[in-house]
Amino acid sequence: MSQALDSKSMTIGESGLAVFFAVTAFLCLIGAAKAVDAPFAFHAGLAAAASVASVFVILNRYFDRPALLPPQEINGRPNYNFGPIKFSAVMAMFWGVAGFAVGLIIASQLAWPALNFDLPWISFGRLRPLHTSAVIFAFGGNVLVAASFYVVQKTSRVRLAGDLAPWFVVLGYNFFILVAGTGYLLGVTQSKEYAEPEWYADLWLTIVWVVYLLVFLATIIKRKESHIFVANWFFLAFIITIAVLHLGNNPAMPVSVFGSKSYIAWAGVQDAMFQWWYGHNAVGFFLTAGFLAIMYYFIPKRVERPIYSYRLSIVHFWSLIFLYIWAGPHHLHYTALPDWAQTLGMTFSIMLWMPSWGGMINGLMTLSGAWDKLRTDPVLRMLVVSVAFYGMSTFEGPMMSIKVVNSLSHYTDWTIGHVHSGALGWVGFVSFGALYCLVPWLWNRKGLYSLKLVNWHFWISTIGIVLYISAMWVSGILQGLMWRAYTPLGFLEYSFIETVEAMHPFYMIRAAGGALFLIGSLVMAYNLWMTVRAGEAEVPSPVALQPAE
Amino acid sequence: MSFWSRHQIFEKNSIILVVGILAVVAIGGIVEIVPLFYLKSTIEAVDGVRPYTPLELAGRNIYVREGCYLCHSQMIRALRDEVERYGHFSLAAESMYDHPFQWGSKRTGPDLARVGAKYSDQWHVTHLTDPRSIVPQSVMPAYSFLADTEVDASTIEAHLKTNRMIGVPYTDDQIANAQADLRAQADPDDAGVDAFTKRYPKAVVRNFDGKAGPPTEMDALVAYLQMLGTLVDFKLFNEKANLR
Repeated sequence: MSQALDSKSMTIGESGLAVFFAVTAFLCLIGAAKAVDAPFAFHAGLAAAASVASVFVILNRYFDRPALLPPQEINGRPNYNFGPIKFSAVMAMFWGVAGFAVGLIIASQLAWPALNFDLPWISFGRLRPLHTSAVIFAFGGNVLVAASFYVVQKTSRVRLAGDLAPWFVVLGYNFFILVAGTGYLLGVTQSKEYAEPEWYADLWLTIVWVVYLLVFLATIIKRKESHIFVANWFFLAFIITIAVLHLGNNPAMPVSVFGSKSYIAWAGVQDAMFQWWYGHNAVGFFLTAGFLAIMYYFIPKRVERPIYSYRLSIVHFWSLIFLYIWAGPHHLHYTALPDWAQTLGMTFSIMLWMPSWGGMINGLMTLSGAWDKLRTDPVLRMLVVSVAFYGMSTFEGPMMSIKVVNSLSHYTDWTIGHVHSGALGWVGFVSFGALYCLVPWLWNRKGLYSLKLVNWHFWISTIGIVLYISAMWVSGILQGLMWRAYTPLGFLEYSFIETVEAMHPFYMIRAAGGALFLIGSLVMAYNLWMTVRAGEAEVPSPVALQPAE
Repeated sequence: MSFWSRHQIFEKNSIILVVGILAVVAIGGIVEIVPLFYLKSTIEAVDGVRPYTPLELAGRNIYVREGCYLCHSQMIRALRDEVERYGHFSLAAESMYDHPFQWGSKRTGPDLARVGAKYSDQWHVTHLTDPRSIVPQSVMPAYSFLADTEVDASTIEAHLKTNRMIGVPYTDDQIANAQADLRAQADPDDAGVDAFTKRYPKAVVRNFDGKAGPPTEMDALVAYLQMLGTLVDFKLFNEKANLR
């Protein structure tokens, strides 16, 4: 032991990262001092503070830790690294509740515009990106990071690669979210939907994302299993493709390196195509491939059955990632984008229906012989219903990508309803299911605090979703039809504002649905909190369990 | 060796899996995006389309900052009811200097691609200050704070320069006089109006917010809204010019 103490020294990662953050803190202070606008000064100051804190934490951690880094294995069993995963899981729950709450606020603003209070910081135009980013990237992203770090360790039967790197990923990612979110409130946006953060936030995310890829890949490379588990294919496709999309969509020229404003390199029709190539594949790879990976691990694990079909998962994987990337132009039907590109987008969107349902079948049929568990296990019910919602929205999506259908649905609430059946039903429920599984596993608890509360969460949220999407179907189709309605004399029948007025009751129903969904998530947060605080510790089983393959 | 066992090469080699994923996801994007940079229909030149004046550009940045694009599209589709409601369908050339594009994806409010010159400046100012005083059923937030904020004229030159770096053809003259032009466009009595009109022919010079003093953000935003869709004269537009 004394020998180990003598040889205690900083790893390259510790010293390198400490120096990196010290330099960053210095640069950020210069940035804050020379800033040409207030939001940039604020963000530079925030980054400087975070960098100083990072240096402090790294040094503190070094002085407190034993000479040797945590071992890769203890008694022949992998010494899994759960710390960063716990952090991500907690952040996911926090951002989820925050993001749903902002969603409820903006839904209410559309029903009762007085709620904008004539203040710039909380007007609809600034809060909507906050809502979408909070639920997609903050809630969804943290769920994906947590799940991917958990699954890749368990299915590779090794400890997560890197010592500080996983912490860098989870903390760096959440810092990106903080910068992006506060930026929206201050009016810092490049107005590319789902890619609103400005150039400096984009650069930071690029660094974090590359480290994420390296940690994930390095863990796979040192795996103790001969095959890479199917969920990891999907996680890998998600991480790689999001990197490609991020780099393709965001090249921008800052007006000043000390200012927040930049201009995107692309213009007009090319920018539109880049945007929806990015935008639709943020759906395809962030909200679909990543969460399909969750489906492929958590459903088999929860029902204790193997995945229904190995061959179907191969077909599902390659066809899904190949076809998805083409679907972007269906956001640009009848616009100035050339017709051939629109038609390609539509054709591939329709083809996409098949791999999507192939994946759905693979997930649902995994329950073969264990369907009775749906009655007794509300967590499993949540996971299975999420796959059902996935099936529904991946049927609706191809249908809406057909040009004639799109001519009615585009620009209306039908799109919003479609997005939310996918986001609340599929992404939301599969994330809830995964978190309900993960929290007891991570904190070593026998089970959840209360399955009854999960049941309540399930039903409250399901009713919320049904209210939300049916209100949006009706309002979307109604408004689409009103816009194109003609009188017998051949004049347009409705002025625009008459169609806005007709939306009012549905906007109220939608807000009610959103409120239910938020209440459900609060029930969940309480349940998880009590699981960690008051749950019974699980006695470790003496035999190493085989991971699912 | 069966087809299925051949797949093991991906399952056992992480780098081959990475390369496979990259190759498969690259194809669709390349086929759909690359041609847009050289096809005639997407890089057409149309008479009348010009870069934004400094005041319009400042207004456009406010439009972006406040997230107007989240509720207003700027893309009239080639459909009968849209053309009758909003005007001629939008051309690719009309957004050729838009970094980034503002086509939008949702119409909680009406399309704005051709809103320019449809309403008076006074209407816009009143409507932005208190939308429900003009349109009682409107759900739009109020933007009264724009009238109290001066446009930041000091950095506008850098904005034009940045735009030129990414392909917007601002001249040296336009860049050098950006600050003066920004002020001149919002004040018909300004000494620089003639020089401004020479640099931006057909651009409208008015006191958009109706208030004396330096240009406010309200001036800028209304100047931007009033030029939207007005650049191309569709009486003279030859729609066959870009057909092949």
